[in-house]
Amino acid sequence: MRRRKIQQGRTAGILGTAIFGAAAVLGLVLASGALRPRSAIATQEQPGAITVTIDNFSFAPMQLEIKAGTEVIWINKDDVPHTVVSDDHKLFKSRALDTDEKFSFTFKDPGTYEYFCSVHPKMTGKIIVK
Amino acid sequence: MSDYIEKNQDNDGVDRRGFLKCMAWAGTGTLCLVQGGVLKSFALADVLQKNVGNLKGDLSFVQISDSHIGFSKPANPDVTGTLREAIAKVNALPTPPSFVLHTGDLTHLSKPEEFDTLAESLKSLKTERIFYVPGEHDVLNDNGAMFHERFAQGTQGDGWYSFDQKGAHFIGLVNVLNLKAGGLGNLGHEQLEWLEKDVAKLKSSTPIVVFAHIPLWSVYPQWGWGTDDSEQALSYLKRFGSVTVLNGHIHQTMQKIEGNITFHTACSTAFPQPHPGEADSPGPMKVPAEKLRGLLGITDVNFVRGKHTLAIVDSTLQG
Ligand SMILES: [Cu+2]
Repeated sequence: MRRRKIQQGRTAGILGTAIFGAAAVLGLVLASGALRPRSAIATQEQPGAITVTIDNFSFAPMQLEIKAGTEVIWINKDDVPHTVVSDDHKLFKSRALDTDEKFSFTFKDPGTYEYFCSVHPKMTGKIIVK
Repeated sequence: MSDYIEKNQDNDGVDRRGFLKCMAWAGTGTLCLVQGGVLKSFALADVLQKNVGNLKGDLSFVQISDSHIGFSKPANPDVTGTLREAIAKVNALPTPPSFVLHTGDLTHLSKPEEFDTLAESLKSLKTERIFYVPGEHDVLNDNGAMFHERFAQGTQGDGWYSFDQKGAHFIGLVNVLNLKAGGLGNLGHEQLEWLEKDVAKLKSSTPIVVFAHIPLWSVYPQWGWGTDDSEQALSYLKRFGSVTVLNGHIHQTMQKIEGNITFHTACSTAFPQPHPGEADSPGPMKVPAEKLRGLLGITDVNFVRGKHTLAIVDSTLQG
């Protein structure tokens, strides 16, 4: 019985290495700038609210350029709660957003606004208001 | 029958060989015995068949972690059920634990009814007392006020504390509050000062057990699996002959030994998370239903006074 369990463990280990290899290659591609989906700069093309999707522990787009007066809506598509908090902890601060919950804020004044998830502070984003 | 893992020789902070071996253990049930700075591991099956001698210590306690009551996604639609199974596992131990440590993420969304379910479920634990430290999921929206009121009464500052049991000194730390943009877990100046004072009066021969939610060692900072100011906390503990650091947060078992400090992370009772870097994000990992219980579990710790020996047994909910 013990032998069978150990074999399962080894199989998982090999599989894990293979996945890790694939992730490393992807990391290389991202680092080279050939494919940078999460740091792409989205520019507003039409008036009205703009959505930032929270997925896989990141804000997409990570950097967003909008006109003053635009409403930004964040929606959490992850299985874990996230928050949207301006770096100064004052301008905007959402409650914990469960899956599919939204938070919105209208940016009235031009400037650069950095924010993060206070639950997972490695998650950061930026809104540039023109 | 047993594997031996040497002490981490290169000081890069990661014992890669240890990492790999411990990852392979997940789901098999393992006992880790630390003697003279060398970690020895045995399959739990051998331990139960008494092939590895007497491991009974002066003090035995259990760590459970990351119950995430309120989570209901496909990775585990019944987290209350698996918590109940974990409790049954603890209650079936040959030596009832003196106490149980819950290393945080009691709940998924810090809701009162989630805390209720957790507290109600843990009433059936056969143990004298349960000690808690909060996870980041327990302090959402109110900076941990509700957690503090219900699970950390009589503690210092934001909920840190220490106590003594059978000659060992236990320290519960809080590293999930006041997190800074771009950063990791955070202990903060006030807590570090308290810690320095708390251990100053102790003899270096006093065995120390530190428990906190987010790992106090750099497991995988890219996923936030580490604590920004843990080095400073650990610097106060370097003079002690035996230090054990117990964490949760990463929903899998991992170990590292650095000098006299043994680091260990526990399984979740709710859902597994991927190995570092093996997925797009550290979110809940969906595994086939028949595999889930092999990735959830509890940690049993046996302490032998005067021998600098600590036996850590991870056992899964399987079987
Ligand atoms: Cu987050």
